[in-house]
Amino acid sequence: MVSVQQQYPFPDAQGYFGPYGGIFVAETLMPALEELRTAYETYRKDAAFIAEFEHELKHYVGRPSPVYHARRLSEKLGGAQILLKREDINHTGAHKVNNCIGQALLAKRMGKPRVIAETGAGQHGVATATVAARFGFRCVVYMGTEDIARQTANVYRMKLLGATVVPVESGSRTLKDALNEAMRDWVTNVSDTFYILGTVAGPHPYPEMVRDFQTVIGRECLTQVPEIFGRQPDMVIACVGGGSNAIGIFHPYIPYENVRLIGVEAAGEGIETGRHSAPLTSNARAGVLHGNRTRLMQDENGQIVETHSVSAGLDYPGVGPEHAWLKDSGRAEYVAVTDAEALDAFHALCHFEGIIPALESSHALAQAMKLAPTLLRDQLLLVCLSGRGDKDMHTVAERSGIRF
Amino acid sequence: MSRIQTTFQRLQAEGRKALIPFIVAGDPDAELTVPLMHSLVAGGADIIELGVPFSDPMADGPVIQRASERALAKGMSLARVLDIVRAFRVEDAVTPVVLMGYANPIEAMGAAVFPDVAGKAGVDGVLVVDYPPEQCVEFTASVRAAGLDQIFLLAPNSSEQRFRDVARAGSGYLYYVSLKGVTGAAHLDLDEIARRIPRIRTVAGMPVGVGFGIRDAEIAKQVGSVADAVVIGSRIVEEIEASPRDRICANVETFVRGVRVKLDELAGA
Repeated sequence: MVSVQQQYPFPDAQGYFGPYGGIFVAETLMPALEELRTAYETYRKDAAFIAEFEHELKHYVGRPSPVYHARRLSEKLGGAQILLKREDINHTGAHKVNNCIGQALLAKRMGKPRVIAETGAGQHGVATATVAARFGFRCVVYMGTEDIARQTANVYRMKLLGATVVPVESGSRTLKDALNEAMRDWVTNVSDTFYILGTVAGPHPYPEMVRDFQTVIGRECLTQVPEIFGRQPDMVIACVGGGSNAIGIFHPYIPYENVRLIGVEAAGEGIETGRHSAPLTSNARAGVLHGNRTRLMQDENGQIVETHSVSAGLDYPGVGPEHAWLKDSGRAEYVAVTDAEALDAFHALCHFEGIIPALESSHALAQAMKLAPTLLRDQLLLVCLSGRGDKDMHTVAERSGIRF
Repeated sequence: MSRIQTTFQRLQAEGRKALIPFIVAGDPDAELTVPLMHSLVAGGADIIELGVPFSDPMADGPVIQRASERALAKGMSLARVLDIVRAFRVEDAVTPVVLMGYANPIEAMGAAVFPDVAGKAGVDGVLVVDYPPEQCVEFTASVRAAGLDQIFLLAPNSSEQRFRDVARAGSGYLYYVSLKGVTGAAHLDLDEIARRIPRIRTVAGMPVGVGFGIRDAEIAKQVGSVADAVVIGSRIVEEIEASPRDRICANVETFVRGVRVKLDELAGA
């Protein structure tokens, strides 16, 4: 499924990307992860599995998603050309579904009748509920009560699709706590349950498996961008919470050394305020959480600290281990944009292109809008528009002082 | 020989089973933890498992999650847990103390230095829930070098090969998780435990404790009839949660004594 792996040997057989990754879970999950790893190793090379995955992506998700040249926005900024990889057009409205299809096909082959998921913004929960309906699985989605309040429409969508949404009251009541609760469910129901993890984090093989399913984003771009512009982009820009859309678009470009890879974290109210969700940009120490070693926002005693972002999907104290490695190795660079900058980008895309982006994706767009005016008109910035903003109407309206 | 090994040898000679209560350090507050540890011993504890609170206790059920949140809200940290152990050792030089927690607070202190510091504070063993043996080889070496035991978990779905691998890395005792689930869950399968424990003990060559889901003295006795040690956590933490502060030590001691008496009925059998 992934040809560039020959040049880039990560993760290693133990699931490590340099010092990051690994399998840090309680013993009960070890056999389950071994079962998953074995199944994935088998089916990733299985022609029928790959064919079914590609068929579903084409006919159910609606792939390939287009690369769109944002001409008016680029004109307005007066510099580099901004191209949008339109993951927002996918069925369910975000890139998350790519991975859910892949894991659902695996769950089906492993004979698991029940799937569970964690969700922050609700996009992964919706995508999981969707594939559960499509393939006939029972489905339980864990979601922090803080996020449930921010994303009521997505909660209703999941319920419409037949999923049970379980509110999580522990800790900071956001994505990280939903992940804890999903892990607890999995430990308890490990024999009949498949955990559809939504990002490139968690214990091995999740970071690798989720990446592989998401690289369809970047592989499409590799042919689409030259079809329009005759060459590859100068920079690829994507938002990073856990980092699945970013890995998906970055990974196929890793061998293209002239292409800069820029991950955009959430600076929240500003890195200097401490109220952010940017472990890489703020140089957070490495630690162990949710089954892997990665850079983590934590206090001096190793307790995970609360994070802040206007976008629920980026509100996470860790980051996928491969991103930590791409940063250390220098192959990718990581920056952060604030809530305010992301909101400005959100409004700009609505206004100039008639596209309502997700607040998560607006972070990547904001960085592109910062860079574009400093670059030449023939330079190409490829932005992963990872999702659509319908789910964020409420948040944006509230910020603008509007009540429905 | 470690304090843990000495304890198991003595109990074996007496034909008795080890009683291992678990509490979270700093729950309900740091001041009460040392007196509470002495109450556990007075009630009949052989080894104390002292929980190191963590912000994201993935393997714990709601009872221990709440205890961890209470402890953290009052500023508990790994460094302060070690202070608690030092204070406990002033009056008790005999009862082994095992710290149970998650990897990140240890890594924040420094996984290479922690075992030595912990040993000097009077800690006897460490159980790091999210350190499976193959992920912490260097840490295990440091734990051994410091003269401590590292206790590992085994689960109902662990393979026989896994018993061997875990037993090779661990020392002191093995902790068999009696159910698929989080701490404090209530669906323990006694037949399964009775079937698995003798085999684990043979393969591992060290004492096997059973925990997760043991809620009363009667179940403790049934588990004790096949295992070398019985670990009780959530049920004791519930007692702490439900008691007025000035009754916590007495209530916990009474509960532990009830279990002790039941367990010791096995010695006469």
